[in-house]
Amino acid sequence: MIIAESLTKNYGLKPAIQDVSFEIQRGEIVGLLGPNGAGKTTILRILTCFMPPTSGVARIDGLDTSTESLRVREKIGFLPENVPLYHDLRVTTFLRFAGAAKGLKGKRLQEEMERVIIDCGLGEHRNRLIKHLSKGLRQRVGLAQALLGDPPILILDEPTTGLDPAQIVEIREVIRGFGGDQTVLLSTHILPEVSQLCERVIILNKGKVVAEDRPENLRARIQSGVRTLVRVRAPRNTFLERISLVPGVTGVKASEKEGEFVVESKGDESTRAIIARTIIESGWDLLEMTGRDLTLEEVFMHLVTEEDLQLD
Amino acid sequence: MRGTIVVFRKEIYSIFASPIFYAASFIFFVVAGYFFYSNALYFSILSFQATRDPFLSERLNLTNMVVTPFFGDLSIILLLMLPLITMRLYSEERRSGTIELLFTYPLSDVGTLLGKYLATLLVLVIMVAGTLPYMALLESFASLDWGIVFSGYVGIFLLGAGFIALGIFTSALTENQIVAAVLSFGALLLFWALVWAKSYLGPLGGRIVELISIVTHLEPFTKGLVDTRHVAYYLVFTFFWLFMTIQFLKTRYWRG
Repeated sequence: MIIAESLTKNYGLKPAIQDVSFEIQRGEIVGLLGPNGAGKTTILRILTCFMPPTSGVARIDGLDTSTESLRVREKIGFLPENVPLYHDLRVTTFLRFAGAAKGLKGKRLQEEMERVIIDCGLGEHRNRLIKHLSKGLRQRVGLAQALLGDPPILILDEPTTGLDPAQIVEIREVIRGFGGDQTVLLSTHILPEVSQLCERVIILNKGKVVAEDRPENLRARIQSGVRTLVRVRAPRNTFLERISLVPGVTGVKASEKEGEFVVESKGDESTRAIIARTIIESGWDLLEMTGRDLTLEEVFMHLVTEEDLQLD
Repeated sequence: MRGTIVVFRKEIYSIFASPIFYAASFIFFVVAGYFFYSNALYFSILSFQATRDPFLSERLNLTNMVVTPFFGDLSIILLLMLPLITMRLYSEERRSGTIELLFTYPLSDVGTLLGKYLATLLVLVIMVAGTLPYMALLESFASLDWGIVFSGYVGIFLLGAGFIALGIFTSALTENQIVAAVLSFGALLLFWALVWAKSYLGPLGGRIVELISIVTHLEPFTKGLVDTRHVAYYLVFTFFWLFMTIQFLKTRYWRG
C-alpha cells in the first residue's frame, strides 16, 4: 500500500533523510518513531505529495508520489503536525471546503460531513468558529478533515501532541477504530502510544531507519532473557555480590530507589525461584518481586543513542 | 482548473469574515467620495464663473474635468488599498501552516492560485462598482459621456487586476503579511513612478520606461480609448506575476 524506496531528501546541502526504505501493507497501523528532527515530518510530507524526494521513489497504492501527485492525494487523509486549520471559518464551512477539495459533491459531501462530525464528536460544535475551539476540539476537526471521503490511507503527524490525557485517550480510541481496510501511518515521539496503537514501528534517527519491527520483537531483540525487579531489605553490596553468584543470573544492578534492584537472568523464569530462595535463606526481607520487561522507552533510547542497555 | 471553484468559495468566506476587507473598503469609499466631491465642486465653481465668461464656458467639459481625473484618483487609492487585500492570500496560509492542507488536497497549484485570484478580483469589482452611484448622481444633473465612463472602468479594472497579481506574488514570498503588503506596495509604486525617469533617460530608455510603467497605460482608457496595446500590457503584467507566483510555489519542492 505504501512503499518507500531509498528516499533521500536534502534541504539545501543538508540531508534531512537518507536512504529510507520501508513497506506498509493494507490495513496495518504503523508508527513512525523518532526524536525531534529525525526526519519523520519530511517522510510524511513526501508521502502526502507536499514535496518530492531528492532521490528515491515513494509509491502509494502503486502510484508514484512525484509524477502522479493528484491521484495519490485523492487516496490520502492527512493530519499535518500542529493541526493547521482556517481559524476564521466555522467547523462546517471548513469541512465543506475540505470535502469539496477532495472532490466530494452534493449528497455524498453532506453525508460524509455528517459522518465525520459524529465520529469525531463535533456535533454540538459544528457551527462554532474554529478559532474559538479548544485545542482538543481543533485536533478533532483536524482528524475529521483527514477522514472526509473515507480515504484508504491515513497519515497522521503527531496526532496527540498537546492534548490533555483524557483527550489523548479519546483520539487514540478513534485511531484504533480504523485499521481493517484503512492503512494508518502515524508519527509520534510518545512511546506508549506506539505500543498501544501500532502493530509495527519504524524507528528513525538522524534521517535513517534504525529499526523496523513489531514493538514486542524490538524489545526481545535488545533484551535477552528475563528481567526481574526485586525490592528487598538487605545490605546493598552483600546483596549484589550474593545474587550475582546465583546460577543463571547474568547481571544485577541497584536501581535509583533505596532497596530496589534489577536482576537479569538467562533462560526462563525458573531462576526467579532460586533468587527468592537465596534472599530468604540469607535472612533478608523480600518485599516485592516482579517481572520487568524493557520498556519501549528503553528500547528506543538504546536504538537512537546506541547505548548498551545490557547489564554486565 | 481543479480546485478553482472550491478555493474561490473558501477565499470569499475568509475575505468577508476578515475586518481588513471592511476597513479597506470603508477607507476606499470615503477617500474616493472625497476626491469625487472635490472634482465635482471645483467644476461647479468654474461653471458658475463661466456664465460671465464665454471663452471659459467653451472649454468646460464635465467628463474631462470630473470623470477623467476621478479615474486617476481611483488608481491611487487602489494602489494603497489592494496590497492590504492581497497580503494575506498566501502568507497567512504559510504562517498558520494551512498551506500544508492546501498542497496535500487533490488540488492543482494553478487551480488554487486562480481561486484566490478570482476571489480578490471579485473584491475589486465590488469596490470599484461601489463608485458607480457617483456617476449616476452626476448624470442626474448633467449629461455624461458614458463611453468614457465605461472605458475608464475597464481601465481601472485591468489596472486593479494587475495590482492583485503582483500582490499575490509578494504574498507567496513571505509568511509575514506586513512584509507582503510592503513589498507589493513598494513594487507597485516603482512601476508607477518609473515613467518619471523618462525625462533624463534619452529616447530609447524613455520609450522603455514608458512601456513598462503601469500608469501610462491607464491614461488612454480614462479618455475613452480602449486600445488593444494597453489592454495587452495589463494582461501581460497580470499573467507575468501569476506565472511567477506558480514558479515560486514550486520552490517548496527543494526548499522544504
